[in-house]
Amino acid sequence: MAIKKFMYINRKAPYGTIYALESLEVVLVGAAFDQDVSLAFIGDGVYELTKGQDTKAIGQKNFSPVYSALGDYDVNKIYVEKESLEERGLTLDDLQHLVWEDEDEDYAEKDSIRLVSRAELADVLDEQDIVLSF
Amino acid sequence: MTMLHTVNKSPFESNTFDTCLGLAKSGSTVLLIEDGVYAATSGNAASDKIANANGISFCVLGPDLQARGLESKLADGIKVVDYEGFVNLVAEHDTVQSWL
Amino acid sequence: MPIEVNGKSFETDEEGYLANLNEWEPDIATAMAAAEDCDLTDEHWDIINFLREYYEEYQIAPAVRVLTKAVGKRLGKEKGNSKYLYELFPYGPGKQACKYAGLPKPTGCV
Repeated sequence: MAIKKFMYINRKAPYGTIYALESLEVVLVGAAFDQDVSLAFIGDGVYELTKGQDTKAIGQKNFSPVYSALGDYDVNKIYVEKESLEERGLTLDDLQHLVWEDEDEDYAEKDSIRLVSRAELADVLDEQDIVLSF
Repeated sequence: MTMLHTVNKSPFESNTFDTCLGLAKSGSTVLLIEDGVYAATSGNAASDKIANANGISFCVLGPDLQARGLESKLADGIKVVDYEGFVNLVAEHDTVQSWL
Repeated sequence: MPIEVNGKSFETDEEGYLANLNEWEPDIATAMAAAEDCDLTDEHWDIINFLREYYEEYQIAPAVRVLTKAVGKRLGKEKGNSKYLYELFPYGPGKQACKYAGLPKPTGCV
């Protein structure tokens, strides 16, 4: 099977709606198929990656730790749109530090998040074979 | 008549927050819940609108803020309430308008 | 169908996975394994304990591919392959080991 470039676009905040969690589950299932996977976080989707999420008081499962497991699933191209962060008064420091381990370099930890401008993201989007939107 | 308005949508995703601010009168309270809590964070267009809304009190539901990891980003002048505080707000106001 | 361990009853789903992972205790794993004619050795426990730690940290049961890779890194390359894991857990390392560990079935595992 030829390897295709898959892009999952995440545009929704977590917990208020089910989109963010659904996207994550599809990504994990899809990761079993050895494709070239990228994730993009734009608009309110950037809120999915904030650090320090604690959902005990609202009685929902805190799924934010799952993002840090994505590296284990070879999902290590995580694009975050710069403009979306800025519009919300956020910086990269407000987000989780996501890394993946490069087996070929003795498990060296490398950053998964790539901060890109809207124009740069448009180019990345243009290279994809399949785009799934959440 | 005092009115409690609740907003549960992100200000960046829908115009619910703007509609609410347009119709909320001086003396009323706006309580931000669920994805509405994003309006309570600092350094964005929503926080500017809150700062300029004279005569309206703003509250945010703490559990929803914590769930989203945003306690440290809370803008000035917004009171954090828990579920009990939510109930008290409902009891203290004559009417409740839930913007959906 | 609930399972009985040490005189206590634990709720499980229709496939035998523990309903509430916080109720898990090692004797549950032993009882589940015994019901499938499997004696748990130290090698089994290495995997079961790893799965529980992984779930604690990431809130998901790892896919088999992820489990294999992680076992290779933590317990040695000779154990980081599906042959080793399937010898320990012939019903599938994801399904069977996760069940004994009290975790839900791994995402993407049919």
